[in-house]
Amino acid sequence: MAIRGTEIKIQGLTHRYGSRSGVTFNRVDLVSPPGEALAIIGRSGCGKSTLLHILAGVLKPTEGKVLLNGTEITAPSPRWVMMFQAPHLFPWMTVTQNVGVGLSFGRWSKQEIAERVTEAIKLVELQEFATANVQDLSGGQQQRVALARSLVMEPELLLLDEPFSALDAFTRASLQKDVRSIAKRKGFNIVFVTHDIDEAVIMGDRAVIMAGSPGNIVHELDIDLPDPRDRHDDAVQALRTRLMATFQEAANYTKPQSATLAA
Amino acid sequence: MSNGQTSTAHSTVVTAGLSGNCLSRALKNSADKSLHFFIGLGALFILWGVGIYIVTLNPSMGMFSDFGPISALKVLPELWQFGAIPGALKSSSYRLGTGLALAIIIGIPLGILIGRIRWFQRLTNVPFQFLRMISPLSWEPIAVVVFSEWDAAIIFLIAIAAVWPVAFATASGLAKVDPAWFKVARNLGAKPWHMVTRIIMPAITFDILTGIRLALGVAWIVIIPAEFLGVTTGFGFAVEDAREGLEYAHLMGLILVIGVVGFVLDSICVMLIKRFSWHRG
Repeated sequence: MAIRGTEIKIQGLTHRYGSRSGVTFNRVDLVSPPGEALAIIGRSGCGKSTLLHILAGVLKPTEGKVLLNGTEITAPSPRWVMMFQAPHLFPWMTVTQNVGVGLSFGRWSKQEIAERVTEAIKLVELQEFATANVQDLSGGQQQRVALARSLVMEPELLLLDEPFSALDAFTRASLQKDVRSIAKRKGFNIVFVTHDIDEAVIMGDRAVIMAGSPGNIVHELDIDLPDPRDRHDDAVQALRTRLMATFQEAANYTKPQSATLAA
Repeated sequence: MSNGQTSTAHSTVVTAGLSGNCLSRALKNSADKSLHFFIGLGALFILWGVGIYIVTLNPSMGMFSDFGPISALKVLPELWQFGAIPGALKSSSYRLGTGLALAIIIGIPLGILIGRIRWFQRLTNVPFQFLRMISPLSWEPIAVVVFSEWDAAIIFLIAIAAVWPVAFATASGLAKVDPAWFKVARNLGAKPWHMVTRIIMPAITFDILTGIRLALGVAWIVIIPAEFLGVTTGFGFAVEDAREGLEYAHLMGLILVIGVVGFVLDSICVMLIKRFSWHRG
């Protein structure tokens, strides 16, 4: 499974849900180099998830654009795949069928689909459940299936919208490490939204903090830590404390960089 | 080594014990179900027989003795041998199958439109509810005028009776579909036809089959009176013919067969629903 990263360029991105609604975020600019794991953190309502949905092509921006290696994102594509908070698996399918469903929408031969699905299932260590119905799996295993379903598409960018927030602490910790390790091995970009500072430190190469109303990126912090990361390491704890302090500083941020939506 | 062997032997015993338990529970369950089935059926026949016996105690009602279960069962081989049952089965099955197929072909897309497109649902709700409440048999005089053949008229009556349960069950199934499945599918590159064939149809198969089961019940009820007039084949005609010939044992035998066929068709639907249902619990 060959996956490559991509350069993400967010240029002057502005969004509002309707003409009567307020501006969600205003003139957001951001660049993420190939292979980066980028954490977006911020309080509820600052537009993190909206930004992620625009990156996925599910929502359209009011102004500005997102470029992936120069290609503008205007619609969903198997090149940029989103994983949601809940796995949203298709309950009438087995693990193998769920993982291969995206490929079956494209022009892949049955043999290619079988090969890639087998590899993706192996990657998330669910080989022994390959023929099981997804309803028979635990929450963590289901989220692994959702991860395999995204990875099998060999995306350049994997978007994660608080994907592990509904899981227990042990499963969450294990999946955070797994996703980072797979992303680093395969070299694809990750952009993930989280409320969990620990998650940002364990999974990210960089964290950007969104705040204000309308929202914008008000701080960013490089997470320059070696792999594998352990949340009990002093270096991880120190970075966690720094990120927390930056986050609290951002929480006091009220004035947006540009208060009005460009005409 | 010996520990290992002991452990393996022990686990085999445990596994065999568990399988044995499961098997005996399944057998007990099946025996319970069969027992209830036969007791229920027996009670029905006893009530039927006792009812006819009480009626025939009055000497002026003696002719009703042919309506009893024993007379009905006795004439069944004769009805089969002389072709009354096979012939009726063939004709009624053809009309029922064609009418139901039409109802499914029209009902499923109609249900998808009702369930998926809000304005279409609002636009059609009153007209469809209005049409649904009209007894299918009341269309018979119009159907006879419109269609040159009685067969076609009966098929139309079955289709118009069966289309509503299929359409409304499909729409109701669609309303329960998790919108996130569409979002995920779109995200993975699904085209509109993938949405229908790979997401919507499997997601609502259970509801469609439930609708077909209801439709089949309605269609089987409608087909008998629909065949009373015009045609010279089918169960409705056979019943009417037996009545006119004062062959009450034949009449009851045919009614018995109508019940059995309806029961078998319904059981097939239940089996299909169980086979294609992905709902747990």
